[in-house]
Amino acid sequence: MINISEVLETNKMIEQENLDVRTITMGISLLDCATDSVQQTCQNIYQKILRLASNLVRTGEEISKEYGIPIVNKRISITPAAIVGASCCKTPQDFVQIAKTLDKAAHEVGVNFIGGYSATVQKGMTKADELLIRSIPQAMKETELICSSVNVGSTKTGINMDAVRLMGDIIRQTAEATKEQDSLGCAKLVVLCNAPDDNPFMAGAFHGVSEADAIINVGVSGPGVVKYVLEHLPEGTNFEVLCETIKKTAFKITRVGQLVAQEASRRLGIPFGIIDLSLAPTPAIGDSVADILQCIGLERAGAPGTTAALALLNDQVKKGGVMASSYVGGLSGAFIPVSEDQGMIDAVLAGALTIEKLEAMTCVCSVGLDMIAIPGDTPATTIAGIIADEAAIGMVNQKTTAVRVIPVIGKTVGDTVEFGGLLGYAPIMPVNKFSCDVFVNRGGRIPAPIHSFKN
Amino acid sequence: MNRIIITVVGKDTVGIIAAVCTYLADKQVNILDISQTIVQEYFNMMMIVDIKNCSVAFDELRDGLTSIGEQKGVQVKCQKEEIFDQMHRI
Repeated sequence: MINISEVLETNKMIEQENLDVRTITMGISLLDCATDSVQQTCQNIYQKILRLASNLVRTGEEISKEYGIPIVNKRISITPAAIVGASCCKTPQDFVQIAKTLDKAAHEVGVNFIGGYSATVQKGMTKADELLIRSIPQAMKETELICSSVNVGSTKTGINMDAVRLMGDIIRQTAEATKEQDSLGCAKLVVLCNAPDDNPFMAGAFHGVSEADAIINVGVSGPGVVKYVLEHLPEGTNFEVLCETIKKTAFKITRVGQLVAQEASRRLGIPFGIIDLSLAPTPAIGDSVADILQCIGLERAGAPGTTAALALLNDQVKKGGVMASSYVGGLSGAFIPVSEDQGMIDAVLAGALTIEKLEAMTCVCSVGLDMIAIPGDTPATTIAGIIADEAAIGMVNQKTTAVRVIPVIGKTVGDTVEFGGLLGYAPIMPVNKFSCDVFVNRGGRIPAPIHSFKN
Repeated sequence: MNRIIITVVGKDTVGIIAAVCTYLADKQVNILDISQTIVQEYFNMMMIVDIKNCSVAFDELRDGLTSIGEQKGVQVKCQKEEIFDQMHRI
């Protein structure tokens, strides 16, 4: 039988160390909503989302109350909209109609975000893919809860540099379109390489075409819990004990996610898909991946040793989490967003952490250059260059990488931008000023890498 | 069997256990196990109870216990047992 110290340990994690389930995300296939009329497609989409997800928020709240565990977000991911709208959308404006419908449905069912205003163009763009991508700035301006993602590369196909170049422009246009809100639209737009089909986390969530009609995916969190146990290790603890401690903690955190996922699946009558084993920080003090890196022994995130410490952390989280869950998927790893992690923000302000170091860190963790505010005058080609670099890391290392940078119009290095809520705030970070225009303007594709002679 | 873990945490005062037990008896909730410790003057109690025959819904039971806690100046939580089982038992 459970004893009092175990009960108190669990409750302390929840009450004092910010243990929560970050998201229950319902993946919904909209393939059967496609018609040759925009109006009819929108109507089908709206009806299907309401039919499947009307009880999602209520069910999440019930589970939260019964087990005493906060469930921060309830979200929806959908089939990439470029596929759903392919037969009816003839202009970017048609896709914006779909975005508005999704936004309306998301408001109606009460979810925090709906992801999947997406295109997967890692090898080539269809006409519809391109129309959707060109509609993103307007869609982000006219909606509130839509998250958009574009997959521009993969290990199997290489990198679609035409799409990378286009996304440089689209990110700038999105920033311009939402400049009254400090370019907030870019915080909901991510460019991926090797995007997973079952990711429950925004902004990259979409419901891949290989998935069932509907599915429940859960993202766990708990940097605060890992930080707490590491803080209480004796000084000078060696790597063996350090790693075991992280692993055991990750196991406990993930078990809660598994329980919530199974309960949500049972109550909603929708199959359980995966648990995403993640350390997802929040702006709350202590709920920080950077703070964990400091506990491991760095003065600040960004100091020499950061990449190794992060690699270790990421690997132990996976090792502990894999045994705790029957199905693991999504992004699974430690997230290193800047604006959503107080420790990262402090490291940037202290001059310890640069975009180049963050890029190195993305080689060993999930996911990529995330929630980084850059000067508003950063050229589109430079943004495309940043995307190409991240995509190359993902392509060669067979991992998911992503870029979610926010060129904040009207602001520059030294300024701060406030996004609010879980998106947090960020100091504007300097970007390398040297040009990559000729490189990104070449056009075409970077071929898939060789899968042998690993070095 | 439908087991719930009730925890009470707060400054030690007279009659905390009595108030909680009386309320549970009134709602036909069977107490299976009680344990308690005092850590740095803070009173920590855990009860394992069976709500199979409980006369009210879980939400009402939880709200009732929360308000008893408020009257006594302690925090009372009421959670299904599975969350602890999942985390601490393989």
